[in-house]
Amino acid sequence: MYGFEALTFNVHGGYLEAIVRGYHSGLLTAADYNNLCQCETLDDIKMHLSATEYGSYLQNEPSPLHTTTIVEKCTLKLVDEYKHMLTQATEPLSTFLEYITYGHMIDNVVLIVTGTLHERDVQELLEKCHPLGMFDSIATLAVAQNMRELYRLVLVDTPLAPYFSECITSEDLDDMNIEIMRNTLYKAYLEDFYRFCQKLGGATAEIMSDLLAFEADRRAVNISINSIGTELTRDDRRKLYSNFGLLYPYGHEELAVCEDIDQVRAAMEKYPPYQSIFTKLSYGESQMLDKAFYEEEVKRLCLAFEQQFHYGVFFAYMRLREQEIRNLMWISECVAQNQKSRVHDSVVFIF
Amino acid sequence: MEYIDNLPSMDLMRSEKMTLVQLIIPVESAHRAVSYLGHLGLLQFRDLNDDKSPFQRTFVNQIQLLENFPQVKRCAEMSRKLRFIKDHIHKAGLMPGLKQSPNPASQPDIELEELEVQLAEHEHGLIEMNANSEKLQQTYNELLEFNMVLQKAGDFLLSSGSHAADQETELDENIHTIDDYADTASLLEQEMQPGPSNQSGVRFISGIICKSKVLRFERMLFRTTRGNMLFNQAPADDQIIDPASNEMVSFSFFMGNILNSVEKIVFVVFFSGEQARTKILKICEAFGANCYPVPEDTTKRRQITREVLSRLSELETTLEAGLRHRDKALTSIGFHLARWMNMVRREKAVYDTLNMLNFDVTKKCLVGEGWCPIFAKTKIQEALQRATFDSNSQVGVIFHVMDSIESPPTYFRTNPFTNAYQEIVDAYGFHKNVAVGRVCCNKRNAKIFLHFAFGVIVGWLTRLVKFEVSGNVVVLMGYLFGFCLCEMYLKIYSSVGRYQEANPAVYTIVTFPFLFAVMFGDWGHGICLLLGALFLVAREKKFGSQKLGSFMEMLFGGRYVLLMMSIFSIYCGLIYNEFFSVPFHIFGSSAYKCRDATCSDARIVGLVKSGETYPFGVDPSWRGSRSELPFLNSLKMKMSILLGITQMNLGIVLSYFNARYFSNSLDIKYQFVPQIIFLNSLFGYLSLLIIMKWCTGSQADLYHVMIYMFLSPFEDLGENQLFRGQGVLQVILLLLAVIAVPWMLFPKPFILKKLHTERFQGRTYGILGTSDMYNDEEPRSARQPHHEEFNFSEVFVHQMIHSIEFVLGAVSNTASYLRLWALSLAHSELSTVFYEKVLLLAWGYDNLIIRLIGLAVFAFATAFILLMMETLSAFLHALRLHWVEFQNKFYSGDGYKFRPFSFAALNDDED
Repeated sequence: MYGFEALTFNVHGGYLEAIVRGYHSGLLTAADYNNLCQCETLDDIKMHLSATEYGSYLQNEPSPLHTTTIVEKCTLKLVDEYKHMLTQATEPLSTFLEYITYGHMIDNVVLIVTGTLHERDVQELLEKCHPLGMFDSIATLAVAQNMRELYRLVLVDTPLAPYFSECITSEDLDDMNIEIMRNTLYKAYLEDFYRFCQKLGGATAEIMSDLLAFEADRRAVNISINSIGTELTRDDRRKLYSNFGLLYPYGHEELAVCEDIDQVRAAMEKYPPYQSIFTKLSYGESQMLDKAFYEEEVKRLCLAFEQQFHYGVFFAYMRLREQEIRNLMWISECVAQNQKSRVHDSVVFIF
Repeated sequence: MEYIDNLPSMDLMRSEKMTLVQLIIPVESAHRAVSYLGHLGLLQFRDLNDDKSPFQRTFVNQIQLLENFPQVKRCAEMSRKLRFIKDHIHKAGLMPGLKQSPNPASQPDIELEELEVQLAEHEHGLIEMNANSEKLQQTYNELLEFNMVLQKAGDFLLSSGSHAADQETELDENIHTIDDYADTASLLEQEMQPGPSNQSGVRFISGIICKSKVLRFERMLFRTTRGNMLFNQAPADDQIIDPASNEMVSFSFFMGNILNSVEKIVFVVFFSGEQARTKILKICEAFGANCYPVPEDTTKRRQITREVLSRLSELETTLEAGLRHRDKALTSIGFHLARWMNMVRREKAVYDTLNMLNFDVTKKCLVGEGWCPIFAKTKIQEALQRATFDSNSQVGVIFHVMDSIESPPTYFRTNPFTNAYQEIVDAYGFHKNVAVGRVCCNKRNAKIFLHFAFGVIVGWLTRLVKFEVSGNVVVLMGYLFGFCLCEMYLKIYSSVGRYQEANPAVYTIVTFPFLFAVMFGDWGHGICLLLGALFLVAREKKFGSQKLGSFMEMLFGGRYVLLMMSIFSIYCGLIYNEFFSVPFHIFGSSAYKCRDATCSDARIVGLVKSGETYPFGVDPSWRGSRSELPFLNSLKMKMSILLGITQMNLGIVLSYFNARYFSNSLDIKYQFVPQIIFLNSLFGYLSLLIIMKWCTGSQADLYHVMIYMFLSPFEDLGENQLFRGQGVLQVILLLLAVIAVPWMLFPKPFILKKLHTERFQGRTYGILGTSDMYNDEEPRSARQPHHEEFNFSEVFVHQMIHSIEFVLGAVSNTASYLRLWALSLAHSELSTVFYEKVLLLAWGYDNLIIRLIGLAVFAFATAFILLMMETLSAFLHALRLHWVEFQNKFYSGDGYKFRPFSFAALNDDED
């Protein structure tokens, strides 16, 4: 039914699409970033932010500010907006919105499990979790000793349960295992999300498959780069790649056998969209890769707003807002640590 | 013409004359001067530092010269502290102190610095007190919970002692089922096979947990121990505050503290084995359950209970003393709070305003520019002198008038009566901007808001359509939303009438309620409305001082509009002779009589005219007759056309006065004259025919006359002729109309082009230097000339659009006035339906209950459908007639509102 969403989309989605577009126009502008980058202290940042959408969230903070407070409050705003949308949403939009948070849920699970492995305090870990990825029994994750227990005790109640089917082992948890678990879960999540979007059809499927494919490819590249020099075998590495995206399947074959970053680069340069990313980097350099990927992602996310009557805007908005919060965090860190020369290093402008 | 020019000027006819003024204020008296101006509230400062970001501005950060000036940031910090204190006062439930102190001036003004110190002290004290009491409270709550657990868990333990046998078998079963279920039962579990004597291996943990979590908690315990446990629970029954979150947890239902009450449950878990114990403890921690050790021994338990109780009572007294102390402190602060908040708010506004001023090169004085109404000049000068004097400044404030090229803001001095009408007119700016689609979104809020508005309208409409609510309601809701949005929009963006152009509000005061009443003509309903309006007007003082809900506020704001509307609808109702659709013989008896005494054939043959014509309004005998509808329709339709043509002519005449006022002879000659000729040669002629037909009682068919005037102008009119020479007149009028169209289209752009080329002949180069000088001296000044390019094609297209709009509009606007007839018809029909089909029908039964039901239905229908919905729809249609049909003839509405810097407005905004 591609092309006919316009007829019926607004019945359920019109209100929320308008809301999300309204939120989207509340994102910080180039002028805002310009001003923020000139700030001398965190108070200046607060003062500038008080003129923006974040104003009401920051205005009651006492004066010696910390970067964490700023980030926390900004995230709180995102969460409030998300909750508002979720309560207003009807099926299938509500499921779609819930899908957006699963990524954070996986990250939180990994964070807690790793933390307890290193014997950190659970409360302290809970504070570090992303509020979008919280679920009821998250604190009990600390009880589990291995993957099987993890699944049986806690995760069986969460939406992540189906993704666990591939990584139930009785092995004890260690860093490597957890990292593999994270990537396996993420793979299953992305594939599930992808299937869900395909099921929705129409412009949503078209736009979301593009965005998710990019996400999957980026993860594939990151996995390849990060697993260079570890004991992960080629087959294991191959298993962590999601089964869709531009790189699937031939690109994955090539990535799986890469031994250093230049080989990854050679593999990626065969794909025109990623060629442009890699041409920005000099040889042997991988630090800037993240930023380059983020920039590309932001560009794609912004494009999602060009089209109407699809759910991609919700995904795009959440991602853009997260990127904005990352930017704010970076800027305030730079300001707080008097490293203003580095402000532009990691800020990805959203326009 | 002389006479018109010499008429005394009226406040509302045109907006106030404004002037651009420049202030040069010495630094030492700047603060005082600006705050005096804020008290006066008659000067709108222009932002001369628009290009600077907020934290680059002068008064944000302290600068060397102005060491003792508090800064904007400090104000923000202080208002944060005040909010903090206010929150605490709210929480403590001490509100009396927050009332506006009766006479703020009578209390001695304390210095801002002093206030800052005081506030810091108070905040510090409060935080300390809170921390202390919080610690105590936590201990207290823990003890309370412990007490509860002791009681409840004690009960369990007692019963478990007596029913030990039952329990064992239960445990036994549990483990057997687990054995069957899991093939790989661990060694631990096998070891745990209970013998009757092995009871000492069973241990327990007791604690308390939120009720909402208890199910998941139990499930989790079950899973971790593989069912190898026994979970006992009992609801706690006392009021506790959760020690961890310090939230009020109310258990007793009759306490009624539902706001943040979390019910809690006391639990006891019986289990066996050390490993299970650590796991269970971990789970307890994860679920936020507080565990308390309960000794198995009864005597020991009693002893602990006693200890706990005694400590509880001790803590209670301490806590109470602390609370009293805090309340006392808060009350004393609360007494000053309103005044302090006001003061800080004002101070912040003053600095915000100071930030709009420019620093002189020498850094000795501030340069400001602003708009003020001419009548206020002396007042402002007085205030400035006072400021100079009070601050012992040696140099006075220099205040002088400058000439400007930019258009000044529009300012009307309104009173409570005219204000609502002015707002009705001002709302047009929004309407127009949206219609033309050129809402300039330089403000973030407005942009977001527009998205919201779009979504709300679209979403609601589609939802409504889906639920198959009749189309009418959808349109109505759309209008309603649109109107509410206009209201909100106005607060963000006001686009009001252009500076000094004719103000439609003056005419709106009468025409708006009148057009409303034409649609809402029923003196019964009118009286109901009148009572409502009188109620609002009578309680004006009371309502004015308090905060109302958004809907009430709208009603209250429009109370005088409502009053006028109701008076006019009584008047129109008398003309229509309608009182809840019942005809009345108020002005004498009917002119018509039955043919015979029995009146049996009245509906078939009709009545005969016998007496004098009914003196005022519609003869009551028409009601219920077969020809009622044709008669009333013809009357109302013709009447609405007459009203429409009159109002549109008024609009065009006003465009003449506008052109005359701005001495724009071009507009008079090539716009006003052809327009008035065009409209009146077609529709003015129709009005003439209508009046003649009424006066002569002719049977001529006006449709036919009008249509054939265009189709075959030279044909003989035959029996439709109303007067001699009508055919010739029609041809002349038609010719005039045809000539008028190119007249208003072509000459104006060509003449403009000619004027432009003449003016700039031989001046290919601009004047050098001047603009640079201006830039150096005062950037972004209103005096900078804006060079406008003359673009002929643009001007021509604009004129073409304007002409086409007018020509087509003449037809469509006239047709649009027919809504007056349509709505009035709908109103009278609706009220007839409710009267005849509900009230009379129910009255026909000889049963009290049915009669009462009928009466109730009638009353509800009258109140909600006729009085509320119909009022709303008539209001919106009257609004449309004014905005579109009347105002598009002369009103450009592209000015901006005068927003003086005023403390009074400040308080309204924030409260």
